[in-house]
Amino acid sequence: MGLKLAGFEGSGTFAKGVHPPGHKNFSQDAPIEVVPAPAKVVVPLMQNIGAPSECVVKAKQDVTFGEMIAKATGFVSVPIHSPINGKVQKVLNVTLPNGRHVPAVPIKADGKQLEGAALMEEILGGDWPKDAADKHDPKAISAAISAAGIVGLGGAAFPTHVKIMPNDKRPVDALLINGCECEPFLTPDYRIMVEAADAVVCGALLAGRAVGAKQIVVGIEANKPKAVESMTRAAQGTSVKIAVLKTKYPQGSEKHLIMAVMKRKVPPGKLPLDVGAAVSNVGTVVAVARAVLRGKPLTHRVVCVTGGGIVQPKNLLVPIGISYGELIEFCGGLRPEAARIVSGGPMMGFAFTDMEMPVTKGASGVTVLTRDDVKKAEETACVRCGRCVDVCPLNLVPSKLAVASRNKNLEVAERYNIFTCLECGCCAYTCPAGLPLVQLIRMGKAAIMATRKK
Amino acid sequence: MNENADKKAEARETTAGPVLQTAPSPHLSNESFTTRRMMADVLIALIPVVGMAVYVFGMFAVKQLVICLVSCLAAEAIFTRMRKRPIPLGDGSAAITGVILALSLPGPAPWYVGVIASFVAIGIGKVIFGGLGMNIFNPAMVGRAFVMIAFAGAMAASGYMTAGGAVDAVSQATPLTLFQQEGVVTPLLKLFIGTTNGSLGEGSALACLIGGAYLCIRRTASWEIPAGVILAVVVCAGLASLANPDSEWTVLHHLFGGALLFGAFYIATDPVTSPLTSGGKFVFGLGVGAIIMLLRIFSGYPEGVMFAVLLMNAMTPLINRWMIPKPFGTVKVEEAA
Repeated sequence: MGLKLAGFEGSGTFAKGVHPPGHKNFSQDAPIEVVPAPAKVVVPLMQNIGAPSECVVKAKQDVTFGEMIAKATGFVSVPIHSPINGKVQKVLNVTLPNGRHVPAVPIKADGKQLEGAALMEEILGGDWPKDAADKHDPKAISAAISAAGIVGLGGAAFPTHVKIMPNDKRPVDALLINGCECEPFLTPDYRIMVEAADAVVCGALLAGRAVGAKQIVVGIEANKPKAVESMTRAAQGTSVKIAVLKTKYPQGSEKHLIMAVMKRKVPPGKLPLDVGAAVSNVGTVVAVARAVLRGKPLTHRVVCVTGGGIVQPKNLLVPIGISYGELIEFCGGLRPEAARIVSGGPMMGFAFTDMEMPVTKGASGVTVLTRDDVKKAEETACVRCGRCVDVCPLNLVPSKLAVASRNKNLEVAERYNIFTCLECGCCAYTCPAGLPLVQLIRMGKAAIMATRKK
Repeated sequence: MNENADKKAEARETTAGPVLQTAPSPHLSNESFTTRRMMADVLIALIPVVGMAVYVFGMFAVKQLVICLVSCLAAEAIFTRMRKRPIPLGDGSAAITGVILALSLPGPAPWYVGVIASFVAIGIGKVIFGGLGMNIFNPAMVGRAFVMIAFAGAMAASGYMTAGGAVDAVSQATPLTLFQQEGVVTPLLKLFIGTTNGSLGEGSALACLIGGAYLCIRRTASWEIPAGVILAVVVCAGLASLANPDSEWTVLHHLFGGALLFGAFYIATDPVTSPLTSGGKFVFGLGVGAIIMLLRIFSGYPEGVMFAVLLMNAMTPLINRWMIPKPFGTVKVEEAA
């Protein structure tokens, strides 16, 4: 790859990957709206990768907006705060879209709520000074992030203070802000970059200060010119640089973003930190700015409700714990051709049918796919065409992994590096035989994990 | 049954809103490229070759194509029936085997040669291994190898001589045989256009290049395989020319003569029997090309495409094993140490 992105080490893209249709048109031009205050929220106690949070409130207790309702139970764990004023009810169990059953704290709205424009002003509005970073101590920034319960809002929900902290042993050269949003349909990050670019830049500078980054780069795919324009304007006069990357899935994967911008490869099983990089999503750094400058916790997030199966696709500012059903209702409900509701995007998102499911910190949107979208060719035998190998961004042999998993040939699966797979879905998207490659690989991983536990 | 389910789903929809389903991600699939479409692509790409065969060999070609096509489809139906599996004629793979097999036979070969070759191709070449996707050897080449040995008279050089068609030249021996036995060099242009004698599909380099280009552009065939074959042939033929500079049989004669391009684009590219990875495919192609040249130059056979493909088919599992790609970001051992 001789090409080079001007001003950066990387070429602006990575090898392999796929080009699914973008479908951003459904919701990309809908400005962020505030969803009406719900009568009740159900806040799950396990919303992050790592240890669950521990409930610190009792039933019938009154809580106020922003009050802590659960505390962190370790380093890789975060506290959770009430998104509304209300009364705590008895802890119950909920199922999240990813299939996990977790305890959750229901809070019944009580008293006056912050609503509409006032809530928008509270979360995204106000002044975002770009010269504030130097006034903050790196350790204090990390502590504020930790206290605010911030996790990666791009979907992985990894506790942010673990990544964004001073680290003498493994210094960070570059902080990459992920504005790729490579999943088809999804638009919340795009709207944040268009509408709250100053907050993104402010948060990026604070996070950069915390990790001691020499450079801060916002990576945006080329199919979002308006976001590039507004971010470039906001970043003027600061050290934040904008990298316009080739539109290709999965450009938003951490490893591939680092490759595209910095031309560094994160080895399998290693972290971005091992190559001197830290990656954070645009929505996440906005939460960082709010936590550090105003001491406010993460209680709300931007999600999109989109797809051909929804009457009125929108981008919404919603409290954590509101039900998906309420969001869909607010967007006019489902169209008759709706066939599948997905939490997240169509490549890696989780399909669900339970409208009571609560929105978590890591939920980036709801995509309602139509029957045409999910139509799939009949499954045939694998003809070993190698298309899955051609598109795998991690350079694996998906067909081999899938066959080995199906036949419980776990040793072969491990020899072919099954745990390197990030389940991005490129292989199954491409497979001409319509094989459920990702699902088979997931089964293989689970089977190996089961034998390891024994 | 499916129709009923659809109707039920529709009925429910009209009364109680849309029917929602769940499934694992990814929820989208690329519909422009399916197994069925791949098979259709191969048949489309074969059109120029079939056209040229019919133009040059007339009824001989039509007869052989019909015999092999019908026999292959029948064999597929009978053998899968015996395995008590649903009959997969719709997937088009048996039809492709039939056409490629017919195109690799001499026009005048008796009808039973085509029938037997077809049954061997589908039965021993494919179904015995478990059907589409499971076979080790290219089915059409298995069928052809069988009749080549069983009916040596009908398949060897003399088998080609009795052909007669629209073009006079075809009553002669094939260009490769002519050269090997009598040292007669066929003009390049004739080889390129394909108005020469030979197996039905191998004559026209032009037709193979047109169809092959379509296959590679559609990515139905992996370009790495023909690229490897052609590179190996050019290098080997170049060395042969250097060793024997007086020979009038040049590198281009090697490329355009015989079944080389037909084999490179249509036979060696069978995805089932070629390696999975891009690098593996290239190595496979190089191997096919090198073995073809080895046979052409040093063996008693004038042509070596069939044996080269079968030999490299046997090497495919080994190539796959050698060439397990290194996962993204893997550090080389010496660097890590």
